[in-house]
This record gives sequence, structure tokens and C-alpha cells, in this order.
Amino acid sequence: MSSIADELSRLEEIVRRLEADDVELDAALALFEEGVARLRAARERLGAVELKVQTVLEEAGGDLRYTDLDG
Amino acid sequence: MTLSLAFSVPSATDQVWSVGQLNASVKRLFEKHAPNPLWVRGEMVQCKVWSSGHWYFTLRDKRSQVRCCMFGLNAARAGKPPADGTEVYVLGRPGLYEDKGEFQLVVSRVLPTASVGGQQQELERVKLALQQDGLFDLARKRPLPKYASTIALVTSRDGAALHDVATVTRKRWPCARLLVISARVQGDGAVGELVQALRLVNRIPRLDLCILGRGGGAREDLAAFNSEAVCRALAAVRVPTISAVGHETDVSLTDLVADLRAATPSAAAEQAVADRREVARQLADLTARLAGGLASRSRLAEEQLARTADRLHAGVESALQRDRHRLERLGAQLDALSPLRILDRGYAVPVGADGRVLKRRAEFVPGASFRLRVADGDVAARVESP
Repeated sequence: MSSIADELSRLEEIVRRLEADDVELDAALALFEEGVARLRAARERLGAVELKVQTVLEEAGGDLRYTDLDG
Repeated sequence: MTLSLAFSVPSATDQVWSVGQLNASVKRLFEKHAPNPLWVRGEMVQCKVWSSGHWYFTLRDKRSQVRCCMFGLNAARAGKPPADGTEVYVLGRPGLYEDKGEFQLVVSRVLPTASVGGQQQELERVKLALQQDGLFDLARKRPLPKYASTIALVTSRDGAALHDVATVTRKRWPCARLLVISARVQGDGAVGELVQALRLVNRIPRLDLCILGRGGGAREDLAAFNSEAVCRALAAVRVPTISAVGHETDVSLTDLVADLRAATPSAAAEQAVADRREVARQLADLTARLAGGLASRSRLAEEQLARTADRLHAGVESALQRDRHRLERLGAQLDALSPLRILDRGYAVPVGADGRVLKRRAEFVPGASFRLRVADGDVAARVESP
């Protein structure tokens, strides 16, 4: 899953290209569709309400263990 | 006589105090006189450690002495009492032990004066070493990611820093993931645990940011954050770092090494994550620009199409014009070749009964009738004689 930073920078790029006049109509339509999909994904990401808090511990074998923390 | 009696016994109007009331009243006087803890310097003697963990000792100088006690929690943090006769600074509140009516100092901290001097020297040494290695250089500072989503927090599991960072992050950027790597932040073992925690941070995949934090506390609690080992471990963290050791006024060495210094853990969280409302506004703006961009692009396409149609029309028109001229010319040529135009000049064409043109003498049989075609029609004719 790409980060919200990636989403936003790709969206900026899409809008900039759409706003420039030299893009072909076919490409413009494809950019628009991609933009709509990314906007929807970004809004869903933003809508997540529960902050995830976990502790990280190193186990005897050297692996990392993540444990959810309440509150 | 009566006068002296009046002085020797309480009169009906005199207030009579109980011992408890007296002690409580004097205790309040002390509290009013010194509402905040004071640093007092003296020689620490006759220290007894009780099974409850409390310390009882005497602090004295050449002229005076005062009874002191330090309760379990503070005593446990201080470790072992210094040797008898050690010169110390103590931080305490003057007060009255009401049960016994004894004046005492309730101490929260004991620092051998020699160690304070030593601490200051050690701080200077570490600062110089780190400076020489360029760990404070501004050029080393990395910008924080704009939209950090996975954040490591190195702090005490039980401290206020964790609560403060979680609260602010929950409010601003609830889609984040906060990973707590617990370490003691003061006292024995704190340096080792902090170093280990910071090394662990480097093993966490897809991490955006690291906050090294601690809630507010007394100055000497900063010792771990001034240690060379912790500073170097912080400098080795591979993601951008924020140092937030909860002191508005004092600056710790980790503050100077980190990419950013935050006054408090809450302030660190404010810097660490974006604000959801701000990003929502940004998304709304992008949505509008996206729609606008496509609309203007389609308008452009429409205009291009219209221009193309105009050119096409003009092209066809001129082609037609060209063909019309050619047709007229061909028509004129055709007209010039027409036999009817020859008849105009006075010639006539004899046509037999079978419709064939009569061209030779033999074709004219005496008595036979034929027709003569002239410019404006034809006339009947007959062969008279050979």
C-alpha cells in the first residue's frame, strides 16, 4: 500500500498535467480516471479513525514482536 | 493577687489550643513561608535506611543542623545513600512532623556536590566530542517527512510522554501507527536501555520518523539524554528524529543531535504528523482542480474539433470550385464540337428514310424521298433524276 504522501504527490502531478494544455484527450481522460480513483483511496485512508499504538520488543531469537497497546 | 492569677490560669475568654492544633498551625506557617522546594547545601550524616525504603538523616554545617527524611519513591530513585559526611545538595520542603512536633526537611533529591561538578565537566566533555564529530552540524539535519504514518516513540512505557504523543496523534492523524519502544529514561540503566531502544528503531521496516521523548522532570533527570552513548545512537537512527525531553528551558544534548528539538512530547507529535483537516482541504482542492482540468481539456478538444471542421469545409469548397471551372471548360469544348453548330453556318445534312446520313451519289435513288436536316429542323425532299 502506497503512502498518503505518494498518493498526494501523484494527484498533484495528475492535476498539473491536466491543467497543461498539451496532453492528448485520451491521456487526459485516463489521468482523470486515475485521479478520481486516487482521491477516493486517499479519502478512505483519511477516514480511518483508530490510531494504532503498539509496543515493539525484541524476542530472544532476534525477531521483533509487535503488541497492541490499549488507549 | 488576682492579677497574677489571671496570668497563671486561662481565663474564660482565652482560646485553648490542642497540641495537634498548634502543630498543624505551625506546619501551615512553614508551608506559607516556603511553598516551593529549596536547595540546601550541607554535610549528610547519620543516614538510616528503613525497611519501608525511607531515608532519615541529618544535614548539618558548622553552626546548625536539621533533620531530613526522604520517602520511598524518591529514595529508590536515588539508589544508595552517599557515605557518612558527604557534602550534598538536597532539594526539600521545610516542614513540621506534626506527630512529634519536630522541624524537618522533606527531601526529594540528594546530590553529592562533587558529582554535580563532575556531571558538569562530563557534559562539557561530551558536548565537545560530539561537536568535533559534527553531530550538531545544521547540514546534518534532515527534513521531517510531510506525511509520516509510521512513527517510533522511544520513551518510558509508564511515562506521560507516551500518553501525550498518542493524544495529539490521535487528534491530528489517526490513520498513523505509533510504535513504542520502551526504555527507562532516568536512573541506573537508563543509558543502556535508551541505546538499545534506538538501535531497535533501525530494525523496524517502513518507518517514517523517530521521537525520543520524556515527560517533564527535574534537571538531573536529563543525565541520560546528555550521555554520549545515547547521543551517538540517536545520530545513527536512519529516519529523521525529534528529541522531546520535556523541558522548556534546559536543552539536552539529544536536542542538539536530533533533526528537530521539540519543547514537549505533545509539541513533537504536532511536528511529526500532518493535520487530517488540512489534508482533507487539500484533497477538496485537488478534486476541484481535477474536474476543472478535465473540463478545460475537453473544451480545448471541442475547439480543436471545430477548427478542424472549418478547415475541412473550406477544403471541400475549394475542391468543388475547382471542379466547377473544369466542367464549364469541358462543356464549352464539347459544344464547339457539336454538329449542330456546323448547321448554323448553312450546311444541311440529307438523312435517308432509314435514318442514315446519305453521303454518296449512289445513295440517292431517283424518285426516292429523304429529309434534309438544317439548323432549325428538317424539310422533306425528293431525288428528281440522276
